[in-house]
Amino acid sequence: MNNSLIIGQYVPGNTIVHRLDPRTKITIIFFFVIFVFFANSVLSYGILTLFAIATTLITRIPLRYILKGLTPVWFLIIFTFILHIFVTKEGSVVFELFTFKIYSGGIIQGIAISLRFFLLILVTSLLTLTTTPIEITDAIEDMLHLLKKIKFPVHELALMMSISLRFIPTLMQETEKISKAQASRGVDFRTGPVKERIKAVVPLLVPLFVSAFKRAEELAMAMEARGYQGGEGRTKLRQLKIESIDFIVFIIFGCVVIGLFVTRIY
Amino acid sequence: MREKLIEFRNVSFRYGEEEPWVLKDVSFDIYKNEWVAIIGHNGSGKSTIAKLMNGLLFPQEGEIYINGQVVNQDTIWDIRKEVGMVFQNPDNQFVGTTVQDDVAFGMENRGIPRDEMIRRIDESLTAVGMQDYRLTEPHRLSGGQKQRVAIASVLAISPQVLILDEATAMLDPKGRLEIMSTVSNVQDRNELSLITITHDLREVVQAERVIVMNEGVIWDEAKPREIFAKKDRLREIGLDVPFIATLADELNKSGLRISNEPLNHEELLEDLWTLHSKM
Repeated sequence: MNNSLIIGQYVPGNTIVHRLDPRTKITIIFFFVIFVFFANSVLSYGILTLFAIATTLITRIPLRYILKGLTPVWFLIIFTFILHIFVTKEGSVVFELFTFKIYSGGIIQGIAISLRFFLLILVTSLLTLTTTPIEITDAIEDMLHLLKKIKFPVHELALMMSISLRFIPTLMQETEKISKAQASRGVDFRTGPVKERIKAVVPLLVPLFVSAFKRAEELAMAMEARGYQGGEGRTKLRQLKIESIDFIVFIIFGCVVIGLFVTRIY
Repeated sequence: MREKLIEFRNVSFRYGEEEPWVLKDVSFDIYKNEWVAIIGHNGSGKSTIAKLMNGLLFPQEGEIYINGQVVNQDTIWDIRKEVGMVFQNPDNQFVGTTVQDDVAFGMENRGIPRDEMIRRIDESLTAVGMQDYRLTEPHRLSGGQKQRVAIASVLAISPQVLILDEATAMLDPKGRLEIMSTVSNVQDRNELSLITITHDLREVVQAERVIVMNEGVIWDEAKPREIFAKKDRLREIGLDVPFIATLADELNKSGLRISNEPLNHEELLEDLWTLHSKM
């Protein structure tokens, strides 16, 4: 399993952040992502960074684990930084690198944009780190329920998501089984030129797809046998509940936002 | 006379116009609280019978009645409240992301209030001995455990009949034992008719009545012991006769008169150690 990308990997825990209603978390992150673009001074960036770091510390997820999960994104952050240094031509010249002039505006711009990027990724990955995929699905279903009025298939979408989530481990086990079976028949997945290796994936994918379709058919039959007839008149076992802690968190976040705008005015 | 629960009246079925008939003029009754085993080799039509019973398929000819109600497009949702099914593949009938979500699925479909759901989840998981796994994900369960959850899901909607359609076929021997003992427990305790569909003669031993299917027709209908007595003819229609029955046969041939058709090890043992006193 690929452990380097943490988006979609829940770390179990029982902290305040874990216990928050997923709708609270999604709402806050949604506004955080917007407000990050309003930051324009050291102080405003300071406030947002403080909020993000404080939340990260509260989750008690090892910092190393989070940073390791951001590895694929580090490249992008550094790339943005370098790009800004060379492209932006504002402020005074700080120093010259061979024929390139590095401007102070470029450095500031580079740091600001990279920090913005880093905050976005950090906060959104905190959501998936502290919330189970099924909680996120429930929250999305609940938050989109107004769309039902315009015949948007919210329930079906949520059911599709939760069934996909349920079958990911099953299909992964199956992939492993098929790849072993094919390897034992002489298919080589690991060595050889890239073209050959891509070709070797075909005997893996074909049986996987065939069995996935068969599973889908049987699952549909089983669901029907258990009385599934769409979202109408359905009750739900899993329930989301807003508690006082959610209100407190909203108030804290509100203060952060007010702080952000105050720094913009002055 | 016991009350009829399921009636098949001259039912014929085929999967398409040009296809051969899978069931040919099949009629039988199943009574309340009865355990019936339907046995036959692959393609004998036994699984089709299961799907006809809860309206996943409809017969081309003849009628099926559940509780006196005919099975058709308009009645299937009522029928499915009374007829619960467990299928062969443990993975492909597990809908929920955790055990309790899966048990809840059928109840959610029927609009049962949440408090009632929680109570029934506890009850039905306890009935199959899976109460400690409420929050476990399916990929952490064995095949036998998944099938027990599937049985619990059916029990939660308290149907009148539970159909196991080759529910043990994909399990290891341990899982198979788990399911068979769970099933007989459940049947003892609840007011429930039980239909087990299988190709394994060992699984019909506990049933009250056995229906043997062969090539779309009812080949025989009798008590397990009477069915076992027809070993040679069972072999002819492609069914594996259990080792104990074969052994008893061989013992008879070599001059030891085993009176009864023994159904399991204990009965054969009983016969053997009392043999001397009879001679």
